[in-house]
Amino acid sequence: MEDVKGSDGLGDTELRLGLPGTSTATRSAKRALPEGDEESHDELRRTSATKAQVVGWPPIRSYRKNSFPARKVEAEAEAAAGLYVKVSMDGAPFLRKIDLSVYKGYKELREGLDNMFKCFSFGELSRREGGSGSEYAITYEDKDGDLMLVGDVPWEMFISSCKRLRIMKGSEARGLESRH
Amino acid sequence: MREERSDMSEDDDGGGEEKDSWAPGLGVAGKSRGAPDPLPPPLCDQVLENVIENVLQFLSSRRDRNAASLVCRSWYRAEAQTRRELFIGNCYAVSPRRAIDRFRCVRSLVLKGKPRFADFGLVPVGWGAHFSPWASAMAAGYPWLEKICLKRMSVTDDDLSLLALSFPFFKGLTLICCDGFSTAGLAVFAEKCRHLRLLDLIEDYFEEEEYEVVDWISKFPQTTTSLETLGFDCLLSAVNFEALEALIARSPALRQLRVNHHVTVDQLRRLMVLAPQLTHLGTGSFRSPEEGEGMEHEAHLVSAFAASRSLVSLSGFREVAPQFLPAIYPVCSNITFLNFSFAEITAEELKPVIRHCHNLQNFWVLDTVRDEGLQAVAATCKDLRELRVFPLDATEDSEGFVSDVGLTAISDGCRKLQSILYFCQRMTNKAVLTMSKNCQELVVFRLCIMGRHLPDHHTGEPMDEGFGAIVMNCKKLTRLAVSGLLTDKAFGYIGKYGKSIRTLSVAFAGNSDMGLRYVLEGCPKLQKLEIRDSPFGDAALLSGIHHYYNMRFLWMSSCKLSHRGCEDVARRLPHLVVEVIRDRPEADDEAVEKLYMYRSLVGRRNDAPPFVKIL
Repeated sequence: MEDVKGSDGLGDTELRLGLPGTSTATRSAKRALPEGDEESHDELRRTSATKAQVVGWPPIRSYRKNSFPARKVEAEAEAAAGLYVKVSMDGAPFLRKIDLSVYKGYKELREGLDNMFKCFSFGELSRREGGSGSEYAITYEDKDGDLMLVGDVPWEMFISSCKRLRIMKGSEARGLESRH
Repeated sequence: MREERSDMSEDDDGGGEEKDSWAPGLGVAGKSRGAPDPLPPPLCDQVLENVIENVLQFLSSRRDRNAASLVCRSWYRAEAQTRRELFIGNCYAVSPRRAIDRFRCVRSLVLKGKPRFADFGLVPVGWGAHFSPWASAMAAGYPWLEKICLKRMSVTDDDLSLLALSFPFFKGLTLICCDGFSTAGLAVFAEKCRHLRLLDLIEDYFEEEEYEVVDWISKFPQTTTSLETLGFDCLLSAVNFEALEALIARSPALRQLRVNHHVTVDQLRRLMVLAPQLTHLGTGSFRSPEEGEGMEHEAHLVSAFAASRSLVSLSGFREVAPQFLPAIYPVCSNITFLNFSFAEITAEELKPVIRHCHNLQNFWVLDTVRDEGLQAVAATCKDLRELRVFPLDATEDSEGFVSDVGLTAISDGCRKLQSILYFCQRMTNKAVLTMSKNCQELVVFRLCIMGRHLPDHHTGEPMDEGFGAIVMNCKKLTRLAVSGLLTDKAFGYIGKYGKSIRTLSVAFAGNSDMGLRYVLEGCPKLQKLEIRDSPFGDAALLSGIHHYYNMRFLWMSSCKLSHRGCEDVARRLPHLVVEVIRDRPEADDEAVEKLYMYRSLVGRRNDAPPFVKIL
């Protein structure tokens, strides 16, 4: 199902900023380990211009960040860099929110969604059974407001255009079944 | 007002109302605190108690009161009866019930909620610090309550309504960095609170849609009001200006007014004319929406300022049009607090203003004034006590307009400096060392080199020596925030010399567990410790076991902690609440992403959301 090479088989075409060989580890800066004791200074300087912004650094309150008209656009972009999107699942009583930036690719995203919604029997993955159980498709709403199937475009392109996710079940999903 | 504000930000006191003498061995039971005496004291003791009460009512410092309450049971009771202001530094450290049971006659409540790193998005929404249980308990227990000050609490519109309806003598509400309420709540509050003297909204979060905004200013009583302070500079929506004008006109006691950025300079002038007795003014946008009418506006504005002979504090300037700045010259020599931290002005625009500000004690400014602007400040403001330099572009890759040059200039010119907050991208150990030698009065030193792990700009060395000099030379230092490239050596200095430090903020610093150990083992007065993205693990965490009951809280995020280590602490310190906060609910790693732990008299809270696990 998933290509061994990359998270979604599209690793080579994945759009990234950064030097070859550097990972997108900076995105996970808000996860366990800091960088300082692992990378050398020079490397930090080189990659500093291309780092994803770390949450809450520098320590300035959002009230202040949002107060400068020119900067507000950047602040909003930064908030978007946190990449929280709503996830709705047809039939579920409430929505969830996930941070797309913590996932490295489509596979992780699927697993995350699987975990999150398993109480709604999302875990019965029809693709494994070859059609038994409910069919589903993960779709998203892009910047233009269109409903798109998740998985068509490179991961980086996806997370920059995804505004919200919707897990479609049943008849609506038929014909849109995910290929991955 | 500013005094109160700095009080809130600088933890100036050890211990809260009951926690001065936490000793792991004795535990709570050994301190004869908690449940009140079942039997009343004999008559002669009662007389003595009355005498003590009469004496103790003159004690205002809570530290003194805490000490007095430890003398004996009689003093404990007397002090509890006479404490008028109750300060609770962590709303989860004690329950409303316990507070009310002990202190029966409280008139004023100060309550703090979320950890400070919540301001920077590190605490997920819904974490807690709900004011509602306190509001209900106070409504029942303190009917004569007059003042409430909340910081980082979630306050609902219903809470505001309850406040207004439950306390007939209510005089003042201050909300700092709070969220959860809206103009609808403010409307009910304004309408029902007939004797309100103070309403101050400071950097609160509003999330209303435009169609939801309510005209709350119109809801104040139509008769002459008792308003002395009205501050709403953080409000996102515009207020009804005519109603505001009418309100000011019927508020003869008004001394402090802080309007938001929707108020134009012409509107401001009209308000100032109605209230020439103001001492504190938040000037709103300080620009005019119409171009080309400048000259006339400016002349009228100058006379409005000239007539405001009592002004000592100016803020606002949210979209300042530089041609209006000269209007404030008449008051510059009187002002002690000037907040230009939202004014995008250059050094050239600052200089003619600051030149007049001989008596300035507190100055907040944007780094757009550059080192040159700071040099001008240093040349004139010899009485400066507090300086805050904020970045216009608060990103770690930003250019940074101030540097070690500005810091050195300030330290040379402003020898009385007590508190500094400085955001920059270039700093040297030498400049920090110079400040440590020149500014012996420093109590608060917060240096934020925005680029992570940046070393000394000239030598390429870590910033260890600079911060080391600060802790070594500034004997009065109680609050420290470090940044830049720092090794364990810096923490060694802090542990060795930082004997008075109460609050420490650490980010992206240190090499190993030793760093944190130095601090936990070396700083006996440490109360508030917040750490992010630093390589400190379980062993370091455990090295502080002897001290955690003396602290208000410890925050560690993106460090090297594991569940095992945190569980170990939780097991050994039963009166410590150990919260593990998960960003992603699906993750169930052994690694602990965010740890927040604090002592508490009431054990684990019952309102923790699903992403918080209390060990």
